[in-house]
Amino acid sequence: MSADPAPLPLPYTAPELERRLGSDWSRLLWSAYRWMRTARSLDDRMVALQRQGRVGFYGPATGQEAVSIAAGLAVQENDWVFPGLREQLVALVRGHPLTTYVHHLFADGLDPAQGRQMPCHPTAREVRYVSMSSCVGTQISHAVGCAYGFRFRNDDAVSLAFFGDGATSVNDFHAGMNFAGVYHLPVVFCCTNNQWAISLPVEKQSRVKELAEKGGAYGMPGRRVDGSDFVESYLRLSEALDSARRGEGPSLLEFVVYRMSAHSTSDDPSRYQPPDWTQRARQHDPVRRMEHLLGALGLLSQDIVREIDRQIDATLRDAIATAERTAAPAPETLERDVLASLPAASPAGG
Amino acid sequence: MTEVTLVQAINRALRTAMAADSEVLLLGEDIGVNGGVFRATEGLLKEFGADRVVDTPLSETGIIGSAVGMALYGLKPVAEIQFLDFIYPGFDQIVSELSKFRYRSGGQYPCHVVIRSPYGGGIRGGLYHSQSTEAYFAHTAGLKVVVPSTPADAYGLLLSAIFDPDPVIFLEPKRIYRSVTGEVPDGDHREPIGKARIVREGADVSVFAYGAMVPPATEACQSVETEGVSAELIDLRTLVPLDVPAVLASVEKTGRAVIVHEAARFCGYGAELSAILAEKAFYSLRAPVSRVTGFDTPFPYALENVYLPNAARIRQAIVETAKAG
Repeated sequence: MSADPAPLPLPYTAPELERRLGSDWSRLLWSAYRWMRTARSLDDRMVALQRQGRVGFYGPATGQEAVSIAAGLAVQENDWVFPGLREQLVALVRGHPLTTYVHHLFADGLDPAQGRQMPCHPTAREVRYVSMSSCVGTQISHAVGCAYGFRFRNDDAVSLAFFGDGATSVNDFHAGMNFAGVYHLPVVFCCTNNQWAISLPVEKQSRVKELAEKGGAYGMPGRRVDGSDFVESYLRLSEALDSARRGEGPSLLEFVVYRMSAHSTSDDPSRYQPPDWTQRARQHDPVRRMEHLLGALGLLSQDIVREIDRQIDATLRDAIATAERTAAPAPETLERDVLASLPAASPAGG
Repeated sequence: MTEVTLVQAINRALRTAMAADSEVLLLGEDIGVNGGVFRATEGLLKEFGADRVVDTPLSETGIIGSAVGMALYGLKPVAEIQFLDFIYPGFDQIVSELSKFRYRSGGQYPCHVVIRSPYGGGIRGGLYHSQSTEAYFAHTAGLKVVVPSTPADAYGLLLSAIFDPDPVIFLEPKRIYRSVTGEVPDGDHREPIGKARIVREGADVSVFAYGAMVPPATEACQSVETEGVSAELIDLRTLVPLDVPAVLASVEKTGRAVIVHEAARFCGYGAELSAILAEKAFYSLRAPVSRVTGFDTPFPYALENVYLPNAARIRQAIVETAKAG
């Protein structure tokens, strides 16, 4: 194993950050960094627990943290998030309790959805994070319909539709983008291009050089963003949200990131990724890039980092221990929530 | 009370619902300026405006997916799919999303979308304007499936569907859109979802039908009187949830059952009804359950009158069932 390459620099100066992010910029960066460390710990722990057979499945978001954290910090309280596969962090950053999320990962009786979905498919209505399916791209037109509702009720909210590079091939991408264009709706389409759809590289997903170009086909601006640069991601998202909120219509942001993990715990990337992929991806690691920036700005103190890690570790340990002590969903929950009420006249299943 | 056709009853129900609740809105292809290809939404654009009667791009997945998003937000969307034959681009949205939102979110995200769609044959529509594929939807947990056969039921059941907390697939028998007329009440009068209707009482054979099969089944039930057979006709009206007590009560009385639908036979809705009778009314049955259905073929253009059950085929099944055993 060769030595890790240095992370690509984030060449921002303090005055520039103050100008672009406002006077609270250092608190914003620290908040983002703290979430990055939380996310990394969560991914590492959950992959390990899955390997030990304690969690059934896990889909890490390693390498994609900057985009989700930027979204969680840039949105307004009434904005709605329609996640793709790896945006669970947005819910956490918006205030969904980590302990509740861990109950979901363990599919126990305190999961708000009673363990009905695979891990990494949380539901968090209290932070307007919509329950996702495992079907790629279907959420895109939901975000569009919801945004129609915003305008219908004069709500100044914006919908964020997240999806990956693979989803740009799916029919719902076309349908959703097209409807949003026609009705000029407040939607920010966030394509997190991690360059892999399981085994297929993005070059084999589409002939266009940049997925952002696809915005033009629907009459909306498309913009490519360095998605492992938190500052850039936050700024571009804020602009797109503001523009949608002002009634200037939808936009497409393509966040280029590097998938630093397997597709999921069921996947073996050595079958299809080039041998140097991990090394290349490490240069784009958003956490290391953020550390580099904080270091260059003289803001990084190892004492504070150690204290943050200690807190994250304690919170995670506690959440995991609690979840492991929690009983599985009761069998009588099986038939609940299929319909608003169990039809008395129907034959019971099973 | 006013005498109207079935499609006029649909139009009136939409108008009543939209007048009663400003968050009921319609979306679909050609439903605005054109009033729908069957005119089900005629006049509604003018009355309620383009924000509430939304002409959409030609995309069933976009229509249903957007309706799901509107419902998640809290609106009450009523989507029109121009022909049931064209619903399949949106099938993923129905089966993977609409039907599962409440369940997968532990009740956090109910999703009350109504999808109206004309279905069935008899209009010289060939393979792609004629199919009767209600079984796909009835098979999927999380959906209600409603099929009216009279103007009054179309009116009352559509109003119930629009204000129901669950997603409803509302199938309209287009063959009898204009051939059936009847009185509908004025105002917000709702028929309960999940209740069958006894069209006529009888003692010897129970006939179960729905949608466009109710008129030929009615004719057949009348015609067997000359053979001394007293047939009871039940219009199911709601396929999900099925009114199991009404089905069982009828067969417990008559001991014989004929099931009529125009959909293909294999794994059609009649197969489930037949299985329920075998499981729950076995000791009441005095003859095999009989099914009068379409064929296990694609829907034919030139031979549609051979494909579709008619009064003669239903009559024959009733007589044979009455005399069997």
